[in-house]
Amino acid sequence: MADLVAQTLLEKFPEAVSLAPDFRDEEAVCVTRESIIQVLRFLYSNPDTEYTLLEDICGADYPGREDRFEVVYQLYSLKTGGHVRLKVGLQEEDPTLPTAIGIYKAADWFEREAFDQYGIRFEGHPNLRRVLNHEDFVGHPLRKDYPIKKRQKLTRPTNLGWEEGQSRGNGDGSEQTGEEPEWMTLNIGPAHPTMHGTLRILARLEGETILKAEPEIGYLHRGFEKTSEALTYQQVIPLTDRLNYCSAMMNNVGYCRAVEKLLGIEVSKRVQYIRVIVSELSRIIDHLVCIAANLVDIGALTPYWYCFRERENVYELLEALCGSRLTTSYTRIGGLSHDLPDGWVDKCREYIRDRIPRAIEETETLITKNRIFVDRTSGVGAISADEALNWGFTGPCLRASGVPFDVRKANPYYDYDKFDFDIPVGSNGDTYDRYLVRMEEMRQSLRIIEQALDGLPEGPISVEDRRVSLPEKDAVYTKFGPLVQHTKLIVDGIVPPEGEVYSVTEAANGVLGFYIVSDGTKRPYRIKVRPPCFAIFQALPQLVEGSMIADLIAIVGSLNIIAGELDR
Amino acid sequence: MGIESSRILRNSPFVKPIDAILNWCREYSCWPYAFGTACCAIEFMAVAASHYDISRFGAEVIRFSPRQADLLVVSGTISEKMAPILKKIYDQICEPKWVMAHGACTCSGGIYDNYCTVQGIDTIIPVDVYVPGCPPTPEAFLDGLIKIQKIIEGESIRDPKYCGE
Ligand code: SF4
Repeated sequence: MADLVAQTLLEKFPEAVSLAPDFRDEEAVCVTRESIIQVLRFLYSNPDTEYTLLEDICGADYPGREDRFEVVYQLYSLKTGGHVRLKVGLQEEDPTLPTAIGIYKAADWFEREAFDQYGIRFEGHPNLRRVLNHEDFVGHPLRKDYPIKKRQKLTRPTNLGWEEGQSRGNGDGSEQTGEEPEWMTLNIGPAHPTMHGTLRILARLEGETILKAEPEIGYLHRGFEKTSEALTYQQVIPLTDRLNYCSAMMNNVGYCRAVEKLLGIEVSKRVQYIRVIVSELSRIIDHLVCIAANLVDIGALTPYWYCFRERENVYELLEALCGSRLTTSYTRIGGLSHDLPDGWVDKCREYIRDRIPRAIEETETLITKNRIFVDRTSGVGAISADEALNWGFTGPCLRASGVPFDVRKANPYYDYDKFDFDIPVGSNGDTYDRYLVRMEEMRQSLRIIEQALDGLPEGPISVEDRRVSLPEKDAVYTKFGPLVQHTKLIVDGIVPPEGEVYSVTEAANGVLGFYIVSDGTKRPYRIKVRPPCFAIFQALPQLVEGSMIADLIAIVGSLNIIAGELDR
Repeated sequence: MGIESSRILRNSPFVKPIDAILNWCREYSCWPYAFGTACCAIEFMAVAASHYDISRFGAEVIRFSPRQADLLVVSGTISEKMAPILKKIYDQICEPKWVMAHGACTCSGGIYDNYCTVQGIDTIIPVDVYVPGCPPTPEAFLDGLIKIQKIIEGESIRDPKYCGE
């Protein structure tokens, strides 16, 4: 099935498509920029494949190559469960290519990001502005010739070209007929409690109804991708904690899994099970924060106390593993930093049997049938399944719209196929459904943890591979071979072969992807994170149009936008 | 509060008791403005929640309007894009005000030293207490809060910051 796509493309577009170097059985083809839209459209609509989910678009810079820039598309087919990567080379003098917005709405912000970071222009894009860096920024920071420490000051808040205050007209400069509604532009955020400190939305209002909204992000852009290019593979792990900091473990797992794929190693069963357990614990606390914060935003403070109490309990478990509550850095490439401490399994059992279910229960009784909550959320911010998919939604937000897509079921990794659990789906795709899906997912996560604890196998917590794992300390002190290996690993770090991989895991917010390019040295050449929130948040204008300001607050909370992974 | 602007009070022999009363009131009723952007803000939420319960220190009235707050808690990385906003918020808080840099990022830029991050908020606004850690534990935050209280305790309406001299 997998090889079919590349072959079909080769037959269909013999002039335009060529095979990319084969690596780790991933499907990748190079496409010329003239035909990229045709190819995307074919992949999207071909009934055999239906690559309906555009997971990512990113740029890459290869100075010295004839085609200096590269634009990489990651597509996924819900029908076949296969990924395909399309790569378009662009020359330095003319880095332009047509936009894919006509096929995938998800392309919107991803293209803006590629423009912002690499200066690649997408012709036909309606709003090709910077998205992560500020508007006064000169140059494109992710280009290899941009010095990593060259900071550029911004002296005034970003202006979106929308005048604040009252006005009349269509707002797009078109001629006025005198019958346009009188509207008012309201700036919300980023220093606003419900905008989580980092999101900004400009809303054009008629009365209290939102006519149009424009989100602005990038207030927490911390240069994850550029920074990681200057580090070794192991050193990147702490940075991944800070992507989605509500569930740091899952980023650790996602990143390490990608590098392990790059290296072609498989971790032991014990490591896999422990990773499953910590991931699911993280999913629970992530959902707890999301639900708690969403409820606080719309005025229900009490559940916050209940949810955070249980979160503390889970923190206790995580702290026992790695000494830290939030920024865990627990996984290592090829394994874990420590094995489970004594008594951890029993403690974990106790928590997942008694404490966490109690918190879920309490929130459920307080909220699920609460008249005010239901009135404020049901039917609010609804999105249909097709639309959600087209915008690149994944995770609970997509499942709330009724699409039962979950990487853990669709492309199982780490024995997820052996666990018995269900994928909750909603039917309306509204704020209330998103809440319900999250509640049920926590229960399912508890089931998975329970089974993983029962089946937890014995075994090493690090792979036996000289390229990645440190030898035993005793041996380092007494034998020459291990001493050399130890020194080499510490000084040189892990050196994967040349190649590129894209690996996805199901994080709390949806599909978390890592696209890693290795040039055969100890530092990653390019790391691109596919953050689930990024795709979701760009659909906000569509979600809020026509609703009230108070609804906007409820909607933003239910999308669970974590700025760390949104802005990276 | 306005008391400070009274020259008569400042020069009167009752400065000591007035200071004592004012500082006592201010110290145990800090109203924090949570300028939370990133991971540290999650820990701030934990401090505010039931387990660590910031209200034991009289600082549970968390405001999101600079005009109603006197303790600016900056939690989380500040990017160049965010910097002007932080400055604006700081300027909008009325005197007397105190600033806590919560977390390594706000103290020094933390693990981020690149094209888009501010290397410590003290390059933008004055800071009273630095709380190190990435993120600082809730206990460290509370320790920082106590340090702020100690600073308040030592203030006087004769300080240049109040009389503007
Ligand atoms: S100090 Fe650490 S935990 Fe706090 S915001 Fe910075 S990176 Fe996040």
